[in-house]
Amino acid sequence: MNNINILLIDDEKEFIETLGERLELRQYSSKIAENGETGINMVKEESFDIVILDLMMPGLNGLDTLKQIKAIDKNLPVILLTGHGSTKDGTKGMDMGAFDFLMKPLDINDLIKKIELALK
Amino acid sequence: MFKKIINIIFFFKKKPRNHYAILKRNIIIIMMLITILPLAAMIIINFFQYRSHLKSQIIAPLYAMAEKTRHSFELFWEQRLAIIRFISTAYSFEVLSNEQNIKKILISLKKEGEGFIDISLINNQGELVSYAGPYSLLGKNYSEQVSFQETQIKGQYISNVFLGYRKYPHIVIAVQHLADNGKNWILRATIDTNFFDNLISSMGLPRQTDAFLMSKDKILQTNSLYYGNTLEKCLLQLPKVNFRSNSIEGTDNENRDIIIISSAFSMADYILVIVQPQSVALKSWYALKTDMLIIFLMSITIIIFAILKMTTIMVKRIKTSDEQRENVLSELQHAQKLSSIGRLAAGVAHEINNPLAIINEKAGLMSDLIGFAKEFNKKSKFIDLTNSILNSVVRCRKITHRLLGFSKRIDIKIESINMNHIINEVLDFLKKDILYRKIDTNLILSDSLVSIQSDHGQIQQILVNLLTNAFAAVEDYGLIEIKTKNIKNRGIRVTISDNGCGIPNNVIKNIFDPFFSTKKDKGTGLGLSITYGIIKKLGGKISVDSKIGKGSIFTFELPEKPNDLEMINE
Repeated sequence: MNNINILLIDDEKEFIETLGERLELRQYSSKIAENGETGINMVKEESFDIVILDLMMPGLNGLDTLKQIKAIDKNLPVILLTGHGSTKDGTKGMDMGAFDFLMKPLDINDLIKKIELALK
Repeated sequence: MFKKIINIIFFFKKKPRNHYAILKRNIIIIMMLITILPLAAMIIINFFQYRSHLKSQIIAPLYAMAEKTRHSFELFWEQRLAIIRFISTAYSFEVLSNEQNIKKILISLKKEGEGFIDISLINNQGELVSYAGPYSLLGKNYSEQVSFQETQIKGQYISNVFLGYRKYPHIVIAVQHLADNGKNWILRATIDTNFFDNLISSMGLPRQTDAFLMSKDKILQTNSLYYGNTLEKCLLQLPKVNFRSNSIEGTDNENRDIIIISSAFSMADYILVIVQPQSVALKSWYALKTDMLIIFLMSITIIIFAILKMTTIMVKRIKTSDEQRENVLSELQHAQKLSSIGRLAAGVAHEINNPLAIINEKAGLMSDLIGFAKEFNKKSKFIDLTNSILNSVVRCRKITHRLLGFSKRIDIKIESINMNHIINEVLDFLKKDILYRKIDTNLILSDSLVSIQSDHGQIQQILVNLLTNAFAAVEDYGLIEIKTKNIKNRGIRVTISDNGCGIPNNVIKNIFDPFFSTKKDKGTGLGLSITYGIIKKLGGKISVDSKIGKGSIFTFELPEKPNDLEMINE
């Protein structure tokens, strides 16, 4: 596939690394940030095609991170991940400009579909 | 102190099984005591007061009668004594000593006064000097006799009754005369006692009432109706004897209760006795007593009946309200149990969800790597294994998501909704299932159903849960009926019934508990408990009724408005 650069932001290293590896297997290039601040800095420094952001993180939480990313690049699509099983935070994030949200644990095929949809 | 007693009496809490029986018993005892005791006291006091009052009323005329009769007797004796006294004054001893003269006097006496039988003159030595009458008593000496001695001392004398030679009862009266020369002599007459009986029969005695004369040593002087004939001993116990009328109550030899009135004479050794049975004297009293007893018994019966009835009703009400309270309490406890289980479950689910996500990714990566790798030994086996892990993760995910959803305090969005619309919407979701399984849905939706203030999404969830269960319960071609209706206390009722397999009794009582499922690995055991939680949050209630083999009926009610919005959004 073409060179799509994805930024993964999640405090759960084991999860995010494995997810990154799986995306690479599917011809996506991915970078990892283990917290919101790092993620925001990476967005400032580098150009990404899409951001995948976990909502529940220690320190700067998902929604605040989303706000700042959107402040940097309004058009950068963001897909949210939520572990709550509730759609509440997800829809809130969508109101704030996120493209969509997915619940953890993820189905990788759903994620790929959403990414493709976001990049269209 | 008083409060303590009341508490002891009314609130036995140690033995709840007998609680109501004891409460009932105590109320009955207390009510009986406070009603019957004063009534009984009043009746008893009335009884005695009225009795003594009535008695004095009854005895008064008897007293009057006794006094009058005594007076008649005394008058009679006084007259006879006066006649004899006159003769002794009018004639000298010498004149009277002449037998011819004294006989003449007796003849005129018999003409004038009744009852005179004979007359005799006795000198101060007690010797009979002259005599006129039916017996030959001349020369007889009276000096040793009581009558002579009494006359010598008192100047006059009236004897008790005795039988003379003719065996006929009579009495003796005697008068002493003191002559101018200092000599004294006695004029003595015998009188028969017919007049006694005449006087007594003229008293006008009431029925069963007896009157007679007796001496102070209790020898009858006249015939008595019940207590013997003249000169027999009378065994009645008399009141205190003095010169007034006195009364006493007693029993006679036939064990009759009687009232005895006695009156003693001053001029002779006689007592007038009137005896009346109490049954006669207190006849009206006995009638009244019976009346009072009947009234008392009737009142007691009514009181007891009223107390028993009232207490039964009262205790029943207390029992019902206690039961209601207990029901509310147990519902509350159930709700609390659900809520705490929910919180616990959410905590666990949340903690598990993250590692689950990692397992998912790791297994996913394994699957990816195997998938992208060239053919190797047992490749397909590895693919199966990783897929199995991924499928299990999907199952776990379902559970954790539902658990999280179960406890989530979702913001409830209250809007005006039409239940009939939502039912049609939900049936639209499930259209595929209905068509595929050829399930017959029968909708009986009320046209006049009121709109309620509630949460659209939550109600959808309720209906989906209940209908999914109903679909699971019925066979293909089964029937599901949905009914809506307004209810009295402002709100609506939705009934979803199916003709499916039904729910066993041991299942029905746990049916709203979380994790309670009979579908084994197909269900999470959360559907109905979530439904229950939502309905509670919306201020409604849900109940279930089921018969094995016949089907189940789930009924839920929702209020027109949720009662307490704050509680809901808490």
